[in-house]
Amino acid sequence: MPLVQTATSVPVTIDDAKCIADKGCTVCVDVCPLDVLRIKELADGTKTAYMKYDECWYCMPCEADCPTGAVTVTIPYLLK
Amino acid sequence: MDEILDGLTQIDCDILVIGGGTAGPMAALKAKKKNPQANVVLLDKANVKRSGAISMGMDGLNNSVIPGYATPEQYTKEITIANDGIVDQAAVYRYAQECYGIIRELDGFGIRFQKDQNGEYDVKKVHHIGTYVLPMPNGDTVKKALYRQLRKSRINVVNRYMATRLLTGEGRIAGAICVNTRTAEFLVIRAKAVIMGLGAAGRLGLPTSGYLFGTYENPSNSGEGYSMAYHAGAGLANLECYQINPLIKDYNGPACAYVAGPMGGYTSNAQGERFIECDYWSGQMMQEFYDELQSGKGPVFLKLNHLAEETVSEIERVLHIVERPTRGHFHAGRGTDYRRQMIEMHISEIGFCSGHSASGVFVDDHARTTIPGLYAAGDMANVPHNYMLGAFTHGAFAGEDAADFMGEVDFAEFDLADVEAERARVLAPTKRDDGIPPNQIEYKTRRLVNDYLQPPKVTAKMELAQKRFAEVREDMEQGMVARDAHELMRALEAASILDCADMAASASLYRTESRWGLYHNRVEYARDDENWFCHTLLTKGADGLPAHEKRAVEPYVVDIAEDEKDAYYKQRVDASVAAE
Repeated sequence: MPLVQTATSVPVTIDDAKCIADKGCTVCVDVCPLDVLRIKELADGTKTAYMKYDECWYCMPCEADCPTGAVTVTIPYLLK
Repeated sequence: MDEILDGLTQIDCDILVIGGGTAGPMAALKAKKKNPQANVVLLDKANVKRSGAISMGMDGLNNSVIPGYATPEQYTKEITIANDGIVDQAAVYRYAQECYGIIRELDGFGIRFQKDQNGEYDVKKVHHIGTYVLPMPNGDTVKKALYRQLRKSRINVVNRYMATRLLTGEGRIAGAICVNTRTAEFLVIRAKAVIMGLGAAGRLGLPTSGYLFGTYENPSNSGEGYSMAYHAGAGLANLECYQINPLIKDYNGPACAYVAGPMGGYTSNAQGERFIECDYWSGQMMQEFYDELQSGKGPVFLKLNHLAEETVSEIERVLHIVERPTRGHFHAGRGTDYRRQMIEMHISEIGFCSGHSASGVFVDDHARTTIPGLYAAGDMANVPHNYMLGAFTHGAFAGEDAADFMGEVDFAEFDLADVEAERARVLAPTKRDDGIPPNQIEYKTRRLVNDYLQPPKVTAKMELAQKRFAEVREDMEQGMVARDAHELMRALEAASILDCADMAASASLYRTESRWGLYHNRVEYARDDENWFCHTLLTKGADGLPAHEKRAVEPYVVDIAEDEKDAYYKQRVDASVAAE
């Protein structure tokens, strides 16, 4: 029973230019109640946060607690 | 991160508190205050800083008993009537007596409540009879204030560990088995007392949007507390008294009539008419709401567009900052504005939650469950209409009692085979190369909950649900696959959700009457005080399936007059008033 990848739009987006994951910041990853955010390496070798799992309560600690205002929470498309 | 690692560590503590949302932190603080030498561990599946139902804050105390506004006797009476009499009053009465002290303490933590120009608490009337709602226009500070107290009291916080089973031995609690949600490593915690504050079973029904995590409750509250209590042998009370709440349709967050009501907002039908006298949630109120939704006058709306600009701005400020702040984003996306149009409402998916109804792990007025040394508080404990202040107050009761209990006992011996069996159960989905992912097991369970368990309840439909749940369980046990530690957390949650679905069906079938308005509306049966004026207690039977018994309602502390008993059934606005 092989698994497939199904595309889905994500409610949490990160502005890579503002994200300071490269300096070791993991605030948004730490505070998410559903633990859906992770840090990844970009093509230029710098790091940024991103939404890895589409399991969002659109509750907003990630956006509210981000020290640089890099995180934006929108309403998931199915509810919007 | 998320890679599955092999590991097992064992630690000891005096008191283990599972769940760092509302009840848990207060329980930990009170236990430590009573016994400063106690080693108190506060464990959370997420991060205590932002976990639980009040992750972003809370807009008010819905059930505060404040001298000058209400008495403990009045409050106990109101909650008893709102719950059709099925209440052990001792726990409600003790809460009503002591919650004011907790408010003062929270105030001392820096959590702000609305006060009038004389500096007195500014309490509002929302309930059918009494006055108990204390607004918190700056309630976004709750979690931060709690966290400061936890650090100050040197509580040992353990984040990102999910408790999966309780350990028992010698007829009492022995600890818990936990799994790291990012590495799948095991942590066995031996404890002399365990306090559960794991929140509602909020991922039981499927929201109308179909989005698994678009639930009314914080979806991290997926019913582990109920499931673990069940497997440990504790009693669960009145699970058929589901939680169903009014909400903003699709957004699925609270409409917050408790905020808007005292400022002139109300719930209306499509014609802009009031149809319920009181916006305080009860099964009877939800039945009226449901009837209006189904009628030609539906759907139902939150009506604010008749209010002055200053009033709407203030309501908006509170609702869009506190508790569910993305609500502003939602209205902006829809182009809806409280000033211009009414906002469409709906009813939530079903869940278990004593915070709003009465379905929970059975506890007494010390938050003790039926297992010695095991406590429960907050949304998952069966004290009705507990809300946030109830979670804090009963959390305090649990912490204080546990601090005494731990002084009298040593660690209970448990069977090591229980740990091995749990490791095998937990890790089974990681041993498969392919199969059914947790989200599909969960979706199917929850879709079946909607199809067959949502009230109005029908016997044949609930029996079909049981058959289908058994099929899903077989698929889950034989074929669920988890590819990383995060998926494993979801797999474990899917198992808890299925346990709760089974309990919901079984408990609803057992009580062969209708009670609590919509919450347990069994269309084939009328209310039957002669046979069913009692609690129902669900435990795990010898055959591994839910077993049931009746449990008498304790004699009342506060008497209810015959003509007061049905006050909550007089909710519907009569036609002459509605026309005004």
